[in-house]
Amino acid sequence: MAQILGLPKLSPTMEEGVLVRWTKKEGDKVSPGDLIAEVETDKANMDFNIEDDGVLLKFLVKEGDTVKLGAPVAILGKAGEDITALVEQARSGGGGSAPSPAPAKAAAPEPAATPAPAAKPAAAAKPAAAKPANDDGAASAAKPATKAKPAPQAQAAPAGARLLASPLAKTLAIELGIDLRQVTGTGPGGRIVERDVRALAEGGGAQTNGHAAPAPGDDAPGEADEPAAAPASQAIAVRPAALTPVAPVTPVTPVRQDSDADWTDVPASNMRKRIASRLTEAKRDIPHIYLMRDLDAAALLAYRGRLNELLGDKGKISVNDLVIKATAIALRRLPECNASWQGDTIRQFHRVHIGVAVAIPDGLVTPVIRDADQKGIGSIGAEVKDLADRAKRRALKAHEIIGSTFSVSNLGMFGIERFTAILNPPEAGILAIGAVRDVPVVDKGAVIAGKRIAVSMSCDHRVIDGALGARWLQVFAELIEKPELLAL
Amino acid sequence: MAVISYREALNQAMREEMERDPNVFIMGEEVGYYNGAYKVTQGLLQRFSERRIIDAPIAEMGFAGIGVGAAMVGLRPIIEFMTFNFSLVAIDQIVNNAAKIYQMSGGQFHVPIVFRGPGGPAVQVGSQHSQALESYYAHVPGLKVVMPSTASDAKGLLKSAIRDDNPVVFIEGETLYGSTWEVPDAGAGDFLIPIGKADIKREGSDITLIAWSKMVWTCLDAAKLLAAQGIECEVVDPRTLRPLDVETLTASVKKTGRCVIVEVGWPVAGFGAEVAYQIQRHCMDALDAPVERVTSDDVPMPYAKNLEDEVQPQVHDVVAAVRRALYLPEEG
Amino acid sequence: MKLCGGAIGTSRHGQVASQACFGYGRAVVSASIPTPDSVRVEPDNPHEAVETTIEELAPLYRQMLAIRRMEEASAKAYSQGKIGGFLHLIIGQEAVCVGAIAALKPDDYVVATYRDHGHAYAKGSSSRAILAELYGKKTGLVRGLGGSMHLFDSKTNFLGGYGIVGGHTPIAAGAAFASKYRGDGRATLCFFGEGASTIGGFAEGVALAALWKLPLVLICENNQYSMGTPLYRSLAVEDVSLRAIAHGMARDRFDGDDVVKVKRRIAEAVERARTTSEPTLIEVVTYRFRGHSMSDPGLYRTKDEVEEWKRRDPLTRSRQQLVDLGMEGGALDALEADVKAEIEDAVKFAEDSPAADDYRSYVIKE
Repeated sequence: MAQILGLPKLSPTMEEGVLVRWTKKEGDKVSPGDLIAEVETDKANMDFNIEDDGVLLKFLVKEGDTVKLGAPVAILGKAGEDITALVEQARSGGGGSAPSPAPAKAAAPEPAATPAPAAKPAAAAKPAAAKPANDDGAASAAKPATKAKPAPQAQAAPAGARLLASPLAKTLAIELGIDLRQVTGTGPGGRIVERDVRALAEGGGAQTNGHAAPAPGDDAPGEADEPAAAPASQAIAVRPAALTPVAPVTPVTPVRQDSDADWTDVPASNMRKRIASRLTEAKRDIPHIYLMRDLDAAALLAYRGRLNELLGDKGKISVNDLVIKATAIALRRLPECNASWQGDTIRQFHRVHIGVAVAIPDGLVTPVIRDADQKGIGSIGAEVKDLADRAKRRALKAHEIIGSTFSVSNLGMFGIERFTAILNPPEAGILAIGAVRDVPVVDKGAVIAGKRIAVSMSCDHRVIDGALGARWLQVFAELIEKPELLAL
Repeated sequence: MAVISYREALNQAMREEMERDPNVFIMGEEVGYYNGAYKVTQGLLQRFSERRIIDAPIAEMGFAGIGVGAAMVGLRPIIEFMTFNFSLVAIDQIVNNAAKIYQMSGGQFHVPIVFRGPGGPAVQVGSQHSQALESYYAHVPGLKVVMPSTASDAKGLLKSAIRDDNPVVFIEGETLYGSTWEVPDAGAGDFLIPIGKADIKREGSDITLIAWSKMVWTCLDAAKLLAAQGIECEVVDPRTLRPLDVETLTASVKKTGRCVIVEVGWPVAGFGAEVAYQIQRHCMDALDAPVERVTSDDVPMPYAKNLEDEVQPQVHDVVAAVRRALYLPEEG
Repeated sequence: MKLCGGAIGTSRHGQVASQACFGYGRAVVSASIPTPDSVRVEPDNPHEAVETTIEELAPLYRQMLAIRRMEEASAKAYSQGKIGGFLHLIIGQEAVCVGAIAALKPDDYVVATYRDHGHAYAKGSSSRAILAELYGKKTGLVRGLGGSMHLFDSKTNFLGGYGIVGGHTPIAAGAAFASKYRGDGRATLCFFGEGASTIGGFAEGVALAALWKLPLVLICENNQYSMGTPLYRSLAVEDVSLRAIAHGMARDRFDGDDVVKVKRRIAEAVERARTTSEPTLIEVVTYRFRGHSMSDPGLYRTKDEVEEWKRRDPLTRSRQQLVDLGMEGGALDALEADVKAEIEDAVKFAEDSPAADDYRSYVIKE
């Protein structure tokens, strides 16, 4: 019996996708698990694996078409079956069903957060989220959460306690792309339950990720030893379905082209849209304050030079790598700045994971150096380089772009002297680094040539007030100006 | 369709089956001239005579065993226990003989017998007459255990039980005999309900209530109350405890994400414990809260009315359990 | 006997009781119920020879001998570990089951306790099937699912061996009830030991059989010992058949040494059941030469006592009687050799058969 295949939900927040390319041909026989197409989603290029066997009798969309979630993309059946009725149905807008994607290896989340990788997201998930398209559309988005108020005796889990969540809450979080660490549990002992996840999904919206959508283009310019940085912050991705590296795709074509008009409308890529919504939200809802210092970079440069000499051809350290390390150590020393505003509580992170903004064509992404305070500078350097490379190739894995507790953004290679960055919720701080400048400085009464680097710390005033931020910058400054301290 | 009482439905079922099959007979205490202690067999003696409606003295072990022997050689006995409390006197015949003869004889003899009668608490009849013993029988392979909650289920299931070639323990609700429900007309063909199939008595999306016999009614009442609080309950009635329709039960819990099991028996090793195991085993990822269970208190039933009411699950107990499963504060 | 409508005569020692309709009750107890002279009724003369012929006795002797040899073979197999669990041998009591069942027609029913090998064989099951069952083989009488205690044979109307003694009495009453219900004229025999006569199930079965006048013959194989408990320590009155009086039921009591006597006396009760639908409670005094089961060291009785009873061995007695009746030595030897061959063949069959392999197919009948 032939069936219409609809575009499956390949990422928790996906509403539509672009069928980048078919990896099979019309008439090919397929078995469960076979890759049949690549689809660009709001997060990344995803594999469309089929779960049935049969013959791909007809493709209903072309490569490059944008398709809504669940809309018909192909017809699967037995060779020689008459599918004219189905084709007609599909063309006239009859629903296809969104088949569950083949279980991809789900990324392992933060240990504190959650359970085993979701092997079958669609199967394990509640029907509400994975309902086939022929269900009542309005109802399919979300099962109505219970309307009553949360029980008064519930409290969020005390800091440091195990994260408790009901199995349903966990599977729902996977589906909706919610980071359970951001959810306040209202069940006994702070257990996170379904309504808590839904509340965050519907109300907060702050959790879903803008993962870099692939766009073509040249690599960002800049010095070889400085990773390309990006101007603004990037929202944290939380456990989307795993990504597999995909080849770059053709660009989206502009919608209108009128040679006499004064403008051209270029459709915003998914990543662009994501950046737009996240940053607007951050700018609007978080009270930013900006603390600035100009630091003496001479010792830092010398230190870097010495390290690179020692490394030889085994690697190359950049100023930014040292900045990352210094940031991490300073956060370890002043953990109040390694925190997050949760509403009624301030969440103190126990580990230091630094998000490093990386510019990629048409946008930016923030891969995470985990436990940066524990890693050697060389490791950090190597990791940053690898992540940046893969970021540009859209080859980052889901777990590599989530979980940062503080971010660093460097526009030095673009000649920017100083700038202020926008916070990356739910973090409470982001450091913006400018270029190293040759400036005249006064030293022992004489004017000499000095090296200065401007750093600006954007703080979430709900968590970090001026004084606290200043103290942090003091610690940071000392590490930068006396870089040997980085080894202590 | 007609709205008839549970008692009448059982009567009809037995009458129809006895008309249809001359091998069916009824044996028990006061089933004939007395017209049945609960009037379930009313009028049958007149219709079928003493040969087929047999009044027995107080000898449950004896007449249950006679039923087993008669069934082995081809008759289809309906053995009535005045209440299932008295079945304990005959439990040797049910568990050691009826349940096992098919296997012990390597399939040569089977025992198409129905042991039926009321079970569970009544009103102020004291501890020896108020027990819900279904878990004792549901434990035993070789038996089927059926517990209808409505007149419709009672009729359709009793007919199926009589036609079943296996021993069926058919436990009726002692306080349900007067309850009414819509049942297909007697003349409209054979109304049979398959043994082993659960029934969704009320659809809902927020939480699944699993209950059987009298507790189905308690759950339906609780569901009405809860609907006013914005909570929609799905009430699932297994109808047959052995074999249990695990599929229907778990499908409901996978849909709603929460489950409360309501039974009038005692908590320790009650049948609800088996249901709870099945639910958590198959629905783990769908559960938003642990499976809740509402049972009678773990005590022999007291006599005084107020105490008896307190011991048993009441509507407010079910409501409280539902709200617990939804992490809602207690009402009022 | 008419069983539908009309009056049913129930005769008790010549008295006729009337009944209003077809029913199972309304026993009218007449004045002529025999009351015992003393509490204990002496059995009949055990040494009295019963009139018979070679034609009648030889097959009975063959059956008893086959049972004896079969039991000996099982004992041997048990000690070799080829049979496990419980094994209760009927050695010494063969005359009772063989004689009683010889009084039956093939479609009459028999119900026994766990000491049932002799009953199954006498009713018509093959020694092959019985031994294979003891060995737990697929070819066993009940496919290896019952074992020694639970032999059943629907082809011969052997309604089973039961482990919960006394509880099987109502089952036998049920088979008798079905016969009466259908009016098919069958009789049912229920065998039990004296140790099973105290338990409630027995009492209820007897009471209901008497009340409803069921065509049932209850045969107590009183072998003097209830496992390790002698008679005088288990029964206040050492005559199980006396309970019949309490129920207005016919009774009988005699020694079980002579297979033909057993047959004759049981035949009377069978006839009563068949023709007037009345039960009888009979005690047959007998003795088992082996222990209660294979694990019984037999410390509760003296070797002398056992030897004394062995001198009353029904097999020896019948064999002698055959000789006395003029059966030729050669024919007797041939009979005995035939039995030997049959049992050897049965043992080989049991040993060579495949093990039982299916325990799921007969739990619920689809």
